[in-house]
Amino acid sequence: MKITVTVNAVDYARVVEPRLLLIHFLRDELGLTGSHWGCDTSNCGACVVWLDETPVKSCTVLAVMADGRRVTTVEGLASGTRLDPVQEAFAACHGLQCGFCTPGMMMTARWLLDNNPDPTEADVREAISGQVCRCTGYENIVRSVLRAAAGDGGGPA
Amino acid sequence: MSDAYGPLPRKEDARFIRGQGTFVDDIALPGMLYGAILRSPLAHARIVSVDASAASAHPAVVAAFTGADLAERGMAWMPTLFGDVQSVLATDKVRFQGQEVAFVVATDRYSARDALELVVVDYEPLAPLVDAGTALEPGAPVVRDELPGGNHIFDWAAGDKAATDAAFAAADVVASCDMTYPRSHPAPLETCGAIADYDPVSGKLTVWSTSQAPHAHRMLYAALTGLAEHKIRIVSPDLGGGFGAKVPVYPGYVCAIAASLATGRPVKWVEDRSENLMSTAFARDYHMHGEIAATADGQILALRARVLADHGAFNAVAQPSKFPAGFFHIFTGSYQAQAAYCEVTGVFTNKAPGGVAYSCSFRITEAVYLVERLTDLLARRLGMDPAELRMRNLLRPEQFPYTGPTGWQYDSGDYPRALRLALDMAGYEELRREQAERRARGEYMGIGLSFFTEGVGAGPRGHMDIMGLGMADGADLRVHPTGKVVLAISVQTQGQGHETTFAQLVAHELGLIPDDVEVVHGDTDRTPFGLGTYGSRSTPVSGAAAVVAARRVRERARLVAAAMLEVDADDLEWQEGMWRVKGDPEMALGIVEIARAAHSALELPDGIEGHLDASAVYNPPNLTFPFGAYICVTDVDPGTGEVKVRRFIAVDDCGVRINPMIVEGQVHRGLADGIGIALMQAIAFDEIGNCLSGSFMDYLLPTSLECPSPELGATVTPSPHHPVGAKGIGESATVGSPPAVVNSVVDALAPFGVLHADMPLTPATVWLAIQEAAQACGSGPSTGRPAPD
Repeated sequence: MKITVTVNAVDYARVVEPRLLLIHFLRDELGLTGSHWGCDTSNCGACVVWLDETPVKSCTVLAVMADGRRVTTVEGLASGTRLDPVQEAFAACHGLQCGFCTPGMMMTARWLLDNNPDPTEADVREAISGQVCRCTGYENIVRSVLRAAAGDGGGPA
Repeated sequence: MSDAYGPLPRKEDARFIRGQGTFVDDIALPGMLYGAILRSPLAHARIVSVDASAASAHPAVVAAFTGADLAERGMAWMPTLFGDVQSVLATDKVRFQGQEVAFVVATDRYSARDALELVVVDYEPLAPLVDAGTALEPGAPVVRDELPGGNHIFDWAAGDKAATDAAFAAADVVASCDMTYPRSHPAPLETCGAIADYDPVSGKLTVWSTSQAPHAHRMLYAALTGLAEHKIRIVSPDLGGGFGAKVPVYPGYVCAIAASLATGRPVKWVEDRSENLMSTAFARDYHMHGEIAATADGQILALRARVLADHGAFNAVAQPSKFPAGFFHIFTGSYQAQAAYCEVTGVFTNKAPGGVAYSCSFRITEAVYLVERLTDLLARRLGMDPAELRMRNLLRPEQFPYTGPTGWQYDSGDYPRALRLALDMAGYEELRREQAERRARGEYMGIGLSFFTEGVGAGPRGHMDIMGLGMADGADLRVHPTGKVVLAISVQTQGQGHETTFAQLVAHELGLIPDDVEVVHGDTDRTPFGLGTYGSRSTPVSGAAAVVAARRVRERARLVAAAMLEVDADDLEWQEGMWRVKGDPEMALGIVEIARAAHSALELPDGIEGHLDASAVYNPPNLTFPFGAYICVTDVDPGTGEVKVRRFIAVDDCGVRINPMIVEGQVHRGLADGIGIALMQAIAFDEIGNCLSGSFMDYLLPTSLECPSPELGATVTPSPHHPVGAKGIGESATVGSPPAVVNSVVDALAPFGVLHADMPLTPATVWLAIQEAAQACGSGPSTGRPAPD
């Protein structure tokens, strides 16, 4: 099938198998390897990207379902040369260790802050509860998101 | 302490926050093929035939391999890291569900999976051995019928049996318990994978793989393929967690190598999550009977343990000690005991191989769990507060270095200080008051303690090796003419932040800033020999090597500085990051100026080489012994059996902290591990050996909702034998936290008479424990629910 997808504001037209997963389309077809595959069952969230304005687990979305839509990945999180405050905050608060869950966590964090600019700790924990981190025990991820919400951070990409 | 130590943000984060990390599956090489593994659906079966011809005929398939194909290359079996062999692709039998049977290589990953469907395997099912407890019974199915011992791997004992038996005979009180540390899985978020790329022209094999021990893997591949070591390059790029799961060599890596050797093209293999959970490094599976003996006033006298260890189908434990049960015999923990004796029997079963993984410090995890559960049971028997009982028996600071009853020499510690700090942070007395009030209202709150001592930093050559090679680690330091430094190390980060911590170590020694130090790791062509990162050994061993190398650089710099200042080298002293003339500290030179001079046309005295480069090999004289005191507060709903972890207080002492931010991050992780292992994670099997935990829908991991904000404290007792006094921290919390959680839940359920329940303490397990205790007691508080029929 031929699909046209706008990924991080760039239009891509590709012919894909109907069964191709969005995560494999992004990683193998477009070379956007920032989003990761971790579980196949929508449990871990390493593959979270945005489909239009909504975070989705791209291991359980078909690439053809993104036809005509916009996808945003971690590679599109910074605006131009400026890091997103979420990215800055993750580095500042030691919100990552191995870095494998980080892109998905940051995409969810950005969505949360766009929809709830002043979240409580409980709001943050709820927002990332569908994603797994095996390194941080979540504590510093929560701190990172709260710091980004507080408006600290942002800087050169 | 120099400015180089401290909570420095990590160098590696710049790439990760931009999505620019490089994990194995992110790498694509020109002409690369994709491999997939056909796995056994049965736990135990004889292979009658494997026919891959239809798979080979698939238009996208380039090659297909069976066990027979690998046998022709001498690669159907491979050595394990513990003296056994493991099947790469099955030739005779399959011995666990998920075992590797065939390998198909295609031009894309979907076609490789498709073609697996075309491989025809004729299995003759055999009775499976699932329960380790029956492995040695007459008539039990034999997992390894090619071995003389059948299902029996080893019997091993440590300690003084006679002295221990005598202490038990003289004891006022004995508490005992059967407890299982269930089979668990570290489940790093990145699964295992490799890309093998053999260049037939140069004869060089390059393997990018998820390896915590690149140099050890190179050795094993050299033995297996017949290629010389210098013709093999292992690259371990960014790793998405490891936790011990990426120490062993897995059949998939070997299949990728065999396929690249056969096709002359790069071959990628990456396992999926089910393959990861079903076939690669499980952890624990220790079935233990423990006993503790004490006086009536709570003086611990002795410990005794009998263990049945389920090693699965091959003895592939990834641990370097010469003891078949690893460091389990450190099981007297943090307490003075006159005597101790343990016996461990290892057996094969029809389950995936492994056993040592998941931040376990080579079985200290199981040992700490045993002694900490027994200590709580003893407290119950004596009617003593578990904190008071621990305080009474903890080793005293003046006893260090302390040699325990099974021969381990603990290097340093101040245990009572750590426990006091934890109790203060928790507000222990107030918590006990609250607990009493809640109990009066029919609410079940638990307060669980654990105090652990770890032994990490493998290790001394007398007790440890891998494939006969001692566990020294190298470090190479290059100092550029501008004073910028490149440090090459043999260990491999999986998220621990080596690029930052090691830069801090070197910068501290040389009076530089960490940004001036670049750390190279994870590439056998670019780094000195060493055996990798596991068992919390990076800072204790490789960190020490880096410091020794840096100090050698400093000494070389002293000679150059003396020539520059036209003074005798003995007249210089290292102060505040510079060589300074004694008595005239303004006459000083730093590494940057000295490095330029060392590379310049400056006339150096006879016998002094130019440049400042240095290297070191560090041979650890002993393990380092970090320790800690943990307190877990839980609330248990007796109606549903649900456990909520309300607070987790953790005081850790890992000696000198180079980067406290990274240290605390390691502890955060381990506390989450404790919640997961104690409450939800287990790799389970049905009666015919089907793995019931093959996805994250069945193998539950803690999320942000189950993990409370931890409350961390620290004491600092330097290691006397480490060059900067540091100890390992990577596994402390994973080792120390599960018993705190279990002790807390059992404490919550004390009013029902519950004395013990095996992990994982799922709602069903907790609810049943309440029912069974109530029935045993004939009464007990109401659970609000009827007992099951």
